[in-house]
Amino acid sequence: MLRYTFKRILLAIPVVFFISFIVFYIIQLPPGDYVSTYAAQMAASGDNMTAAEMDQMREYLGLNGSVIEQYAVWIKKIALHGDFGFSFNYNKPVTEVIKQYMGLTLVVSLVTMVFHYVVAIPIGIYTAVKQYTAGDYIFSGISFIGMATPNFLLAIILMFLSYKWFGDPLLGLFSSEYVNAAWSMDKVMDMLKHMIIPVIVIGVAGTADLIRVMRGQMLDEMNKPNVVTARAKGLSTMKILFKYPTRAALNPIVSTFGWSLSSIFTGSTITAIVLNLPIQGPVMYNALLGQDMYLAGTWLLFMALLTVLGTLISDILLAWLDPKIRTEFRGS
Amino acid sequence: MTTQAIRTEQPLLSVKDLKIRIQMDNGEMKAVDGVDFEIKKGKTLGLVGESGCGKSLTSRALLGINPKECETSGAVLYRSATDQPSEQLNLLSLDPNGKQIRSIRGRKISMIFQEPMTAFSPMYTIGNQIMEAILIHRTKNKKEAKRIALDMLGKVGISDQEKRFDQYPHEFSGGMRQRAMISMALSCNPELLIADEPTTALDVTIQAQVLELMRSLQADFGMAILLVTHDLGIIAQMCDEVAVMYLGKIVEQAPVKELFYNPKHPYTKGLLRSMPRLGGNKSKRLESIEGSVPMPINMPPMCGFYDRCKDRIEGVCNVRDVPKTQISEDHSVRCFLYSDPHGGESQ
Repeated sequence: MLRYTFKRILLAIPVVFFISFIVFYIIQLPPGDYVSTYAAQMAASGDNMTAAEMDQMREYLGLNGSVIEQYAVWIKKIALHGDFGFSFNYNKPVTEVIKQYMGLTLVVSLVTMVFHYVVAIPIGIYTAVKQYTAGDYIFSGISFIGMATPNFLLAIILMFLSYKWFGDPLLGLFSSEYVNAAWSMDKVMDMLKHMIIPVIVIGVAGTADLIRVMRGQMLDEMNKPNVVTARAKGLSTMKILFKYPTRAALNPIVSTFGWSLSSIFTGSTITAIVLNLPIQGPVMYNALLGQDMYLAGTWLLFMALLTVLGTLISDILLAWLDPKIRTEFRGS
Repeated sequence: MTTQAIRTEQPLLSVKDLKIRIQMDNGEMKAVDGVDFEIKKGKTLGLVGESGCGKSLTSRALLGINPKECETSGAVLYRSATDQPSEQLNLLSLDPNGKQIRSIRGRKISMIFQEPMTAFSPMYTIGNQIMEAILIHRTKNKKEAKRIALDMLGKVGISDQEKRFDQYPHEFSGGMRQRAMISMALSCNPELLIADEPTTALDVTIQAQVLELMRSLQADFGMAILLVTHDLGIIAQMCDEVAVMYLGKIVEQAPVKELFYNPKHPYTKGLLRSMPRLGGNKSKRLESIEGSVPMPINMPPMCGFYDRCKDRIEGVCNVRDVPKTQISEDHSVRCFLYSDPHGGESQ
């Protein structure tokens, strides 16, 4: 299995390079560049840039070469110096911009992710076991609504309710007095309070999905002959439920786990904008809008890397969980 | 052990008026409709019929492991041969998830299934799944349980048990898996083994091996077998008594020789005629029973075989339920040809 893992990692390297080039190329595709966007902004505030000034700025920012040249420079710097380029928007190195938002992004995303699994798996099992009962209908109903409701709408509704009932829409991750304060118990409590809405909003849609998947899998597995065999052996219903169908039903959940890895780092963009959360999603969105190409490129590269890595982790987890796949590994 | 098991005064298990109903969108399906039979200690009863006749449901009802949708009524009276004093227990009246029935499942009555592929979970080793039953019923000690399991694997002819014990079902061939299944079912010395089409998924040579294995283990352990199959060849090889099922009813029941040499019911006769024979006339087409089995939903009182029967009596067979007729002490049939068509039950 070690050899297999090693082989997979080696294979992933060209994939990541290929993705990084496509990403860079696509970011370049729209007409204009950061300088023209910048010039338009300046013009809007009444300050016109001359063509010479624009050229000079392009020269300074290294935007004059062909796509391939720019890409080569960018990737060389990454590989040799760990330098991901410069964010024009923030006037800071890309790594610093990302670092600034990373901590809170991780917190928000990890909490919502834990919320996903902790809520969805038990409900999935419950609705399958109690198929076509009131409990199943209630949970299934809620999860369908959750699936169908756009996240930002739910965010707005919850903000409104919170404002109406508590007089505070709980915007952002901190109350104003804590934004720049040093970390303290009060600040953590304040953050947790502000996390409730984002966690529910980001959590509900994914949870709804996961409940449906888990329920369907469980129903499939509970009708398998191996469950009848287990009953015929004299096992109790509960023991059978957790030993056989649940274990088998976790497979597809685990195999999609890898995809959620990249979303841990990006957070949920639209919801974050609506809720004014200081996490990566909105930063990325603005970078794309403003053609802040190195920031955007680094971002997409990072996500590609995480997706590839996540898939790898999923595959390894799956092999660990499913003996049949494990044998195939050994064979390769 | 064997002399004790051969004594047959009291049946080990008797099934009385077993009915299984399933609610369908277009009405109630009478999947099993008033089945009676007895299984004697150490003997083999064959339950034969085509697919969909209710034989599998019947066999699973004995252990109460049918799906929730099956409404079951009647009685399954079980009297343990080894428990002293032996008390008669109606298995159907027990809570299907309760402790009492679970202490019988796998311990006193165990079961092997048609599909050894799917009857084992792909997630756990064969050893783990065999040990499970032993750990519930025989010992709490894992080492002891493993020893018993290894011993059982040896008894069913699996060599290199230590290695096999830690393998997963997909590493076993079909025949090996069925052997492992049998070793699992017999690991607690049951008094009755229910074998639901145990060899249907296997090829013919393996089938013969598995049947031979079951027979020799029956001699060793002295258990009774309920053999559910659609294959009359297997019945002839294995059984002491046969019950022929059609459309949820037992249409004929007799000792195996009697059934093969002196069949009464037109359906049984049809089945026997449609069996290929060695040295038979090769130029003649193999006979088959015309028509197909109706669905037992909203059927008027009539003989279920009426539409396909060559000897049907119009105005008799299609207007009333057929009573059971006792041909001799141990041979009964459900057919108007053998009962007084104008009288009632002629038992």
